[in-house]
Amino acid sequence: MSRYKKMFQRKNILKEGCFVPFVVIGDPSLETSMKIIDALIENGSDALELGIPFSDPLADGPIIQKSNLRALSNNYSMLKYFKIIQILREKYLNLPIGILLYANLIYSQGIEKFYQQCSKSGIDSVLIADVPIEEYDIFYKYANQFNINSIFICPPDAEEKFLNQLSLYAKGYIYLLSRPGVTGIKEKIVSISNKFIEKIKKYNTLPILQGFGIKNAAQVKKSILSGTNGVICGSAIINIIEKNLNTEKDMIKKIKDFSFKLIKSTK
Amino acid sequence: MTLLNPYFGEFGGMYVPQILMPALYELEKNFVSIKTDKIFQKKLLHLLHNYAGRPTPLTLCKNLTNGTKTRIYLKREDLLHGGAHKTNQVLGQAMLAIQMNKKEIIAETGAGQHGVATAIACALLNLKCRIYMGYKDIERQKPNVFRMKLMGAKVIPVKNGSGTLKDACNEALRDWSSSYKYSYYMIGTAAGPHPYPRIVKEFQKMIGEEAKQQILEKEKKLPDSIIACVGGGSNAIGIFTDFINEKVNLIGVEPAGKGVNTGKHGAPLSFGKKGVYFGMKSYLMQDKEGQIQKSWSISAGLDFPSVGPEHAWLNSTKRAQYVSITDEEALEAFTILSQKEGIIPALESSHAIAYALKIMNLYPNKNQIFIVNLSGRGDKDIFTVSKIFKNRKQL
Repeated sequence: MSRYKKMFQRKNILKEGCFVPFVVIGDPSLETSMKIIDALIENGSDALELGIPFSDPLADGPIIQKSNLRALSNNYSMLKYFKIIQILREKYLNLPIGILLYANLIYSQGIEKFYQQCSKSGIDSVLIADVPIEEYDIFYKYANQFNINSIFICPPDAEEKFLNQLSLYAKGYIYLLSRPGVTGIKEKIVSISNKFIEKIKKYNTLPILQGFGIKNAAQVKKSILSGTNGVICGSAIINIIEKNLNTEKDMIKKIKDFSFKLIKSTK
Repeated sequence: MTLLNPYFGEFGGMYVPQILMPALYELEKNFVSIKTDKIFQKKLLHLLHNYAGRPTPLTLCKNLTNGTKTRIYLKREDLLHGGAHKTNQVLGQAMLAIQMNKKEIIAETGAGQHGVATAIACALLNLKCRIYMGYKDIERQKPNVFRMKLMGAKVIPVKNGSGTLKDACNEALRDWSSSYKYSYYMIGTAAGPHPYPRIVKEFQKMIGEEAKQQILEKEKKLPDSIIACVGGGSNAIGIFTDFINEKVNLIGVEPAGKGVNTGKHGAPLSFGKKGVYFGMKSYLMQDKEGQIQKSWSISAGLDFPSVGPEHAWLNSTKRAQYVSITDEEALEAFTILSQKEGIIPALESSHAIAYALKIMNLYPNKNQIFIVNLSGRGDKDIFTVSKIFKNRKQL
């Protein structure tokens, strides 16, 4: 059974929602980045979504873009990122680990080689932010060959035709957008209705994680009450990193305090 | 399913966040319907003739070619209202936006020519308009920024990333992904996700149609070569389209900047690699890890790290040939055309002129006819050039 499946089953039995943090590997440095990840996991995160830094992350807002650029300024290679993930995998054997990246990073090294590396590093899922389902076939082929879950984004106004398509492709979980636009914490969240979530569930049996704009405990509670299986939280955490770049200890403490509050509200 | 093929060979496609797919489908559907909508086409033609100034002339450069057997004609898009070919397609796209009931226009601009053209169309057709522009380009292109503002556009400085065109493109796409319900993204070149490369081509193809008719009238035969500069590639695809099935050499000129070996250039077709960026699969400037690299050109309008997918395809099938011209060569052509013909070309177009002159000088005794697309006028560039000349104590 896949790590995602096991994790979601366990949370279902406990009647709890999931908390999945998103951070960019290498921001602000690999060392600090590892400490942040350790803190998030030790605090009780249920899975990990890791961004692989890209120069032009157009599905992301300014907070995550800056995070990407900070990481890139360190000049780490893709191979290094894969090695770091491998270390995480050895340390956290059962934790689902997903990566989020942009298509050109995959193209430049070859699609097959990329998924092979993912499999070797113990990655469970891949989300390609600039590849819609319509362009996914070639990626899907190799993802399946190497047993990597392909994560797809479901817009908040998705029509039935798309939900149907999603049911044919999605694996692991469905990433439900809180609102249109890019990642970030400034924009207002469109309230997602229980009815819409029921509609997604009519077509898909996969768990649903809500992302984009999650920044407080009330939103997490609301999301789970509306029928999702949990939330993905990125910009709010990365905002703490950005605001405490020169004080690593404070940064980690603040991330711990913040994530603790959100994790508590999933129970 | 798309109504039109989103690909040119293996290039093109729709590489955007899922959230934008319905917006692209809606755009495509409307684009297909206006292509056969007689009222739409009549209104657009009326604007092109009575507002923009089409057809533009085809000018023979007699002084420039003196002593050779080469005949160089310039397709005078510099004489179009707005001073560049950009006006053709913004009028088309603005009318398409109105057809789609979108009241707000988003655009990005590098040199400011597309921004100015967008501001013109929006002022004329009463559309609200915001234009993203890298803060470095705002500094480089002050007169165009003033023009845009004067015509009522909101110019938004982009400070993210390198602060140039590529960042403005990203920012405009981000804006569109939250506002597509009421706003229309007016891409400035024949690049980006499908259907943009086809839309821009459709609204620029009259350049080639007119040029063909004009050259047949003047020379009673087709030219040997069509030469056009290529940044994103809209003026080039505009003049190439009607000649693709003819026995005519199609030559695209990319900016070699400070030299292709310096890394400071904007020639992805000649020196880039295949990849995915800005919604499409095409050639792009990237490092070995797949990170997009900054491009460079003396001409901000050519300073783009990728190129429209149809050019990538024409290059791969060898139907068109892509060459590159350095900043220095372009500057020289800029000066020569000004001095010999009394026409100040845009630095973009100077690249195409430079290549025509290079071939003319290489084969002075060969009977050959070139059409060079003079995609824009050089008024916007005189500050850049005068600064360089001042430093060199030239002029």
